[in-house]
Amino acid sequence: MNSHFEAFKTRAEAVSAEVHRFTGKEEALAFILAFLKEAGVSDAPECGAVWSAGPFLEGARSEELRAKVPGLTFEVTREGSAAAKVGISQMDWAIAGTGTLVQDATGVEKRLVSTLPPIHVALIGADRILEDMGGVLERLRPDQLNYISFITGPSRTADIERVLTIGVHGPGRLIIVVVDAFEEVTA
Amino acid sequence: MTTQFRESIETALHNPNLTGALGRFSEAYRISRAKAYEGIDFEAVRDQIVEIKGSASSNFEALAEQFKASAEARGAKVFRTADPAQVKQYILALAKEKGVERVVKSKSMASEEIHLNKAFEQAGIEVDETDLGEWIIQLAHQTPSHMVMPAIHMTKEEVTEVFNQEVEAGQAPDIPKLVKFARAKLRPKFLQADMGITGANIAVAETGSLVIVTNEGNARLVTTLPKIHVAIVGIEKLVALVKDIQPILTALPRSATGQLLTSYVSIISGPVPNTDGSPKELHIILMDNHRSDMAKDPVFKEALQCIRCATCLNVCPVFRLVGGHVFGKTYTGGIGTILTAWFDELKKSEDIQGLCIQCGSCVPLCPGKIDIPRLILELRRRLVVENGQSLAMKAIFSVVNNRRLFHSMLRMASVTQKPFKQGRFIRHLPLFLSDMTDFRSLPAVAAVPLRDTIKNIPQPKGGEKIAFFAGCLIDFCYPEMGESLVNILNKAGIEVLFPEGQTCCGAPARYNGAYEVAAQNAQDNIKALLETEVSYVVSACPTCTVALKYDFLDTFKSVGVTDAMEAAKELSAKTIDFSTLIKKLVDEGRLTFKEGEELGKITYHDSCHLKRTLKASEEPRELLKQAGHEIAEMYECDTCCGMAGSYSLKLPEISAPILERKLKNIKDTGASKVVMDCPGCVMQIRGGLDKDGSPIHAEHTVERLADRFK
Repeated sequence: MNSHFEAFKTRAEAVSAEVHRFTGKEEALAFILAFLKEAGVSDAPECGAVWSAGPFLEGARSEELRAKVPGLTFEVTREGSAAAKVGISQMDWAIAGTGTLVQDATGVEKRLVSTLPPIHVALIGADRILEDMGGVLERLRPDQLNYISFITGPSRTADIERVLTIGVHGPGRLIIVVVDAFEEVTA
Repeated sequence: MTTQFRESIETALHNPNLTGALGRFSEAYRISRAKAYEGIDFEAVRDQIVEIKGSASSNFEALAEQFKASAEARGAKVFRTADPAQVKQYILALAKEKGVERVVKSKSMASEEIHLNKAFEQAGIEVDETDLGEWIIQLAHQTPSHMVMPAIHMTKEEVTEVFNQEVEAGQAPDIPKLVKFARAKLRPKFLQADMGITGANIAVAETGSLVIVTNEGNARLVTTLPKIHVAIVGIEKLVALVKDIQPILTALPRSATGQLLTSYVSIISGPVPNTDGSPKELHIILMDNHRSDMAKDPVFKEALQCIRCATCLNVCPVFRLVGGHVFGKTYTGGIGTILTAWFDELKKSEDIQGLCIQCGSCVPLCPGKIDIPRLILELRRRLVVENGQSLAMKAIFSVVNNRRLFHSMLRMASVTQKPFKQGRFIRHLPLFLSDMTDFRSLPAVAAVPLRDTIKNIPQPKGGEKIAFFAGCLIDFCYPEMGESLVNILNKAGIEVLFPEGQTCCGAPARYNGAYEVAAQNAQDNIKALLETEVSYVVSACPTCTVALKYDFLDTFKSVGVTDAMEAAKELSAKTIDFSTLIKKLVDEGRLTFKEGEELGKITYHDSCHLKRTLKASEEPRELLKQAGHEIAEMYECDTCCGMAGSYSLKLPEISAPILERKLKNIKDTGASKVVMDCPGCVMQIRGGLDKDGSPIHAEHTVERLADRFK
């Protein structure tokens, strides 16, 4: 049990992220599959899902998943991401104090799946939630990584009459999948 | 003041969309800011920011070189220049070399500062802003009115009109639909662009990192999709260490938009792969444009602690009336006035510096601890040194500087005002003076000033002596306030001296940039007030109290008077405001309230100098409660009443709506009296209530407490 989970969830939900927690990888996968189906992911145009592969998928699950969800691909391209409905990626750390997800986003595919599709599904291990930004910057270090991304809720703007509107240039929905037993996941 | 400037104020004040939007925002802002800071020690955070940014601005040269070396070691190209023209040349040459046809930008005030879009357009390169607010104003051919919310001055109807005219007809004024439309229209631009331009909120020297915050996610797209990324960074964004990021990002989103963190923060420390696998070209331009000149200026160096959160705009009682455009084309509000004077030229601040009402609302909330009103006063002083004082001002100050002449003129005024006097008010003045009495009545000059009436009060002798600094308003308009003060202190067995040589405290001169005049006033007053040994120098005017306690020293420092510093310090140590002194005497048991009084509901107005400079807000409330009053707090009790000395004479069009708002807040409490500690505020509020025909009484705390002690 991560003592920061509840704080993280409260903060993330306060900025319109959707937070789901699962005990194991299988439960999380089942949720994602159901979610993709419900979101209408298919091989029709503009209905795909792009998954930027990470340690979560290790164990040759990708073939199996692809077979279950037509329209899901692990080949992340600019065009594919721009046309996709859902982007999926794994995050490295989270911050309880602000409800933030943090990722080494040096690889372009990680940014494509979390910026272009209207829905972003983010996976994170429950033991990866730290208290504050300082702890994260000791682990994801700017002196070693060229692009570090902090994501706190979906894309938002209040530029017209100060009215909060979700989903301007980035995703309008951020689904955070927290997994307790996140096998194969190490720094 | 230029006619054009006056007209821009008039236009803004008569734009109900603007004043409505800004008024609502300023109210919501305070609440969301306070909520965002829950559980955070703001004072500790801003101390860290001052340390980080203050030491950075002492080391710009070394940090810029270190940043360049670090970023270049990671594969970025870093170009350092002092000159905005060279920034544009560099970018245009790069664009030409790489065959760039389309550019997308995320929000960058540095690029606004150098008018980069115009340069692209002249070179035939298509450039699109992608921050929604910036895109709207680009389409509308306007400039940003606010650093954080560039299009806050526009309504959804106006935005719809701009979209219909400039992009595609048929849009409806529905905000979610307008946002969706912007997403759809800008998406292909991101995908097609050859070059992405960003600014940076922080630049870390040790790692060559850029920290970019956005809510929309546009900076992530701008730094991901085009093959070239150019970041334009003012050198004031430099910090030494990675660990310096956290305090700044603790304050910036909370102070800017009341968020714990913006939706996106990107830390970019080197080139990343493009979508075709090639490495991105990363160019970082470190732009000086007078920032290092500022760093060398002992007064203005402080302004480089700014993190561009725009709090000083959001809490400014003037900004919420006039908006950003009256300030100029790039940086607006309080900090914008200072940046314009430096990044553009001092002369450009000539008119806009006059907008600062010196209420100090921004000071306790600035994450960089910048004393913006003080820096604006310094601009005023330098403008007067450079351009000289206007003839009218010169004439006024030559009188103020001659106490005998000044006082005999004030005595004469009590005679010459007769045709306009109605009771104790002047309700209408003719001709050009009418602006002064349009929105409030003025107090009539008293027939006999306090300096004469005080001689007739029998006082206890032989005990403690306190000197009374009356200030012009109490001395000549409200002598009864002074008489009450004497009576109260007499009850504590204290003899109140009125040193005859006292004259104007110098605040009017100082606030108009006439520091030499203020220094002379200071000299005269120090001599008069230290003549006899007293335990305190008390004043019932917070502006005068601040003058005696702080401004004399600062004025001497500014004009280089050194021989009177010790005496000024002695006076400063002895100076105390009325309520703080009385509270002390009550606490010591030297003054005792009459018991069992039920005096009813009043409301209290915090005067700017008393609350924010002298830090007294509980003392008067405590006294009024002990006297037997119940205090019904008004909304925005510590917001300026619009008087601000000569401000209400110079800019009555701004002073009037500020007063109107104050009067509404007073009336909304249902109290029959509004009490305050400043005779200037009494003049403004009492005059406003009289003009309105309101039955509410405006009183000084000294009057309210006059008969309350045993």
